[in-house]
Amino acid sequence: MNKRTLAGVMVSLALAAAVVWAQDPLLLNGAGATFPYPIYSKWFDEYHKLHPSIQINYQSIGSGGGIRQLLAGTVDFGATDGPMNDEQVAQAKVKVLHFPTVLGADVPTYNIPGVKQELNFTPEALAGIFLGTITKWNHAAIAGANPGVNLPGNDIVVVHRSDGSGTTYIWTDYLSKVSNNWKTKVGKGTSVNWPVGLGGKGNEGVTGLIKQTPNSIGYVELIYAVQNNLSYGRVRNSAGSFIKADLASVTAAAAEAAKSMPDDFRVSITDPPGKSAYPIASFTWLLVPAQIQDAKKRDVISGFLRWMLKDGQQYAEPLAYAKLPKEVVEKEMKAIAQIR
Amino acid sequence: MNFRSRWRKIVNAVMLTLTGLCALLAVSALFFILGYLVWHGGKALSGDFFTKLPKPVGEAGGGMANAIVGSAKLLLLASLIGLPIGFFSGVYLAEFGGRRFPFLVRYTTDLLNGVPSIVIGIFAYTIVVLPMRHFSTLAGGIALGIMMIPIAVRSTEEFLRAVPNSLREAAMALGASRWRTITTVVIPAAVRGIVTGVMLDLARVAGETAPLLFTAFSNRFWSPGWNQPTASLPVMIFTYAVAPYEDWHRQAWAAGLVLLGLVLLTNVAGRAILSRGMSVQRP
Amino acid sequence: MATAPIAVERPGPGWGPRALLRRFRSGDEIAHLVTLLIASSVILITSLLVYELWVNSALSRHKFGWAFFFTRVWDPIFEHFGALPFIYGTLVTSILGLLIAVPLGLGAAIFLAELAPPRVSDALTFVVELLAAVPSVIYGLLAIFTLVPLLREHVEPFLRATLGFLPFFRGPAYGVGFLAGGLVLAVMIVPFIISVSREVLLAVPADQREAALALGATRWEATWKAVVPFARAGILGSIFLALARALGETMAVTMVIGNNPQISASLFAPGYSIAAVIANEFTEATGDLYLAALIELALVLFVLTFILNGLARLLILLTTQRGTAHE
Repeated sequence: MNKRTLAGVMVSLALAAAVVWAQDPLLLNGAGATFPYPIYSKWFDEYHKLHPSIQINYQSIGSGGGIRQLLAGTVDFGATDGPMNDEQVAQAKVKVLHFPTVLGADVPTYNIPGVKQELNFTPEALAGIFLGTITKWNHAAIAGANPGVNLPGNDIVVVHRSDGSGTTYIWTDYLSKVSNNWKTKVGKGTSVNWPVGLGGKGNEGVTGLIKQTPNSIGYVELIYAVQNNLSYGRVRNSAGSFIKADLASVTAAAAEAAKSMPDDFRVSITDPPGKSAYPIASFTWLLVPAQIQDAKKRDVISGFLRWMLKDGQQYAEPLAYAKLPKEVVEKEMKAIAQIR
Repeated sequence: MNFRSRWRKIVNAVMLTLTGLCALLAVSALFFILGYLVWHGGKALSGDFFTKLPKPVGEAGGGMANAIVGSAKLLLLASLIGLPIGFFSGVYLAEFGGRRFPFLVRYTTDLLNGVPSIVIGIFAYTIVVLPMRHFSTLAGGIALGIMMIPIAVRSTEEFLRAVPNSLREAAMALGASRWRTITTVVIPAAVRGIVTGVMLDLARVAGETAPLLFTAFSNRFWSPGWNQPTASLPVMIFTYAVAPYEDWHRQAWAAGLVLLGLVLLTNVAGRAILSRGMSVQRP
Repeated sequence: MATAPIAVERPGPGWGPRALLRRFRSGDEIAHLVTLLIASSVILITSLLVYELWVNSALSRHKFGWAFFFTRVWDPIFEHFGALPFIYGTLVTSILGLLIAVPLGLGAAIFLAELAPPRVSDALTFVVELLAAVPSVIYGLLAIFTLVPLLREHVEPFLRATLGFLPFFRGPAYGVGFLAGGLVLAVMIVPFIISVSREVLLAVPADQREAALALGATRWEATWKAVVPFARAGILGSIFLALARALGETMAVTMVIGNNPQISASLFAPGYSIAAVIANEFTEATGDLYLAALIELALVLFVLTFILNGLARLLILLTTQRGTAHE
């Protein structure tokens, strides 16, 4: 009995030791937005193939989580589609830099049995649906913009995010701009007091709920609707045209902002001017501390950012994200030097 | 009179059948769960599942090799923390101690047992993740270890107490000291029960998800050492189940089958050992 | 064989240095001390847990006070936090779960304890205990893909058509919601009710049943009128235990409750429970007040389960002791 337990103890210690002293790749941990998760996971995968000793582990827990965990110092970098507000910036012990990575879009995606066409949504319709004042699919505000479509009289099932989300920020930012009612009643933020609806966790959860729930409507990042074959509608922009979210319209949305990008890169491009601009588009940012003690980590992050701005951008379009405008890329390359 | 007794007999028959149906319903739930998982999970299981890492979001394929290893590491750490504390506390309660202090120990053990697992996750977050400033296998292991303590205490104490006093008295009559008696006579006599207690404890904690959400977090890659976040089977099941990707759903079924299979097998094995042990010990 | 009669040599009384040394040279004292220290670490860990919960929720407690329990609003933007929707959701799903699980579980327990032959009873109890070992996330996984579509497409429309005049069965059928949460909880707590009630019923002394049978009762009457009332307290204890378990259940409920902090009479509506909101929002609570509010919710959950567990153990103890005292 004694000898056996002794052997058992030695084996387990050896195993433990082997695991601890295993070849230690440089592991960076990041967390945040689900909005860009498909492209980020692709990027980190490709970067790992190029540099096998570097592993960048990114968990999509929502922009709110990204900001929170970065401020708490439990991750090396964060990611968000709702830029940190001034209060959060003030809270940070170390200055946090925002680096735009790609351009994406929030699309109103829906699952209406019998309706396969693309619907047109006016700002009033969207605000009404999410405020809970428009409850049926065949309401005048929706039917009026969609002549010829046979909308059922079913109840609308609203789906929103249950977690702190940049996708929510973009959506509510847009609704606050186009609806005074929304602005005063609900406001904009990563996590709001939703008047109606079911909550899904992450873009993934919302997409899942919409897929499984007939007569539902929600807002997700474009690629999630595309990858899951969900219908998504056109939205009327400030110039009066109904625009569908795609590379061209999203790039057009950023055209104005690209010329006058502020130094800290925090900018909103919802409801922009422009005939062909998609109204609910946004940059998405990586949040990086301006001071990183660990020199190796600092080099990895700077190296990755440079790669992302040059070679990484080619992976954006196949995943329905728009590339960053040239002016923004140049400005960012200079900003990387701020990481010390 | 006759009507009354006939009525009572009818009621008797009806109620007996009803309760039997209740029992049947409860029992068939398990077979339904098992059957469903075997059907859906079995279809998705493949060599890849056990050996490959997850693929980028939206791409099909990949596996959960890192989650399986991650769960194993977490359980190893949890055992290293929870079992010694639980075991020695159980020894204390069964063999030593007076009135008040053991009562306090038992009371807090019961209290700890009733704490919802998510609250234990918060606790581990505040005492391990925040000071260390990152998520880690260590934090997850500590959370799970704390959850293992109450069951280990209770089962150790119960099985030590079940050892008849005559054994203790005989040993001490031969001149052995208290601690010698415990280590060489009492514990070996109770070892079967204690081992099954350990197995059931592990099985219970292996399926816990909530405490890992903010301690071990998750990881797309292999997690070296103890200081990095790690993927684990329960968290992967949760993440994949609520997502919209069909491929992820299939993998969630497969993971569910693996997890449930291991948990049930451990439970069955543990109880089988126990019942065999018990039948041998009958005087 | 002991090489020296160590046990016989009792160290003398006294706390002087030499006496202390003699004491500690005796293995017994060391063993006692070591196990005592380890046992007290359990107390230490639990106290630390309560302390951490208390301290980290201080911001929220001071800001909202008792109003926290009566506020319906959960607004992270304007930083108004109230626990009412979560307490409501937790209670509704748990009580619904109990309403279904208690008759079912008690019926099954009566069958297993009183009416089934011993080997069948043991085998079935074994299966029921395996049910208790199924992890929560697996229940959630199954619920999402089997229960929710079933509710949405068949059960809820049916209930609405037949019982729609009651406020509980109104509104659109989402599938997810209070009803789904309650049903999942029912399946999860049934094993606890069965196993504890069965044990409690088995602890009832045989003379109770025999006396009833001797007076001409049918088997059912003997069980229902003589045995079950005797075990009343213990059965109530098993219900409290199951309730405590249901309150803290996180994963399965999070996956099917709909995640909407609203109070609604309809069971079809989406809701939120304390454990679910913590699981969903903890890692993202931006702002210290937000985090403190979530931790205060955890504290509430802790206190609730603490009280229920305590009551449960007391009641179960009463019944089993009463049984043995009658010998």
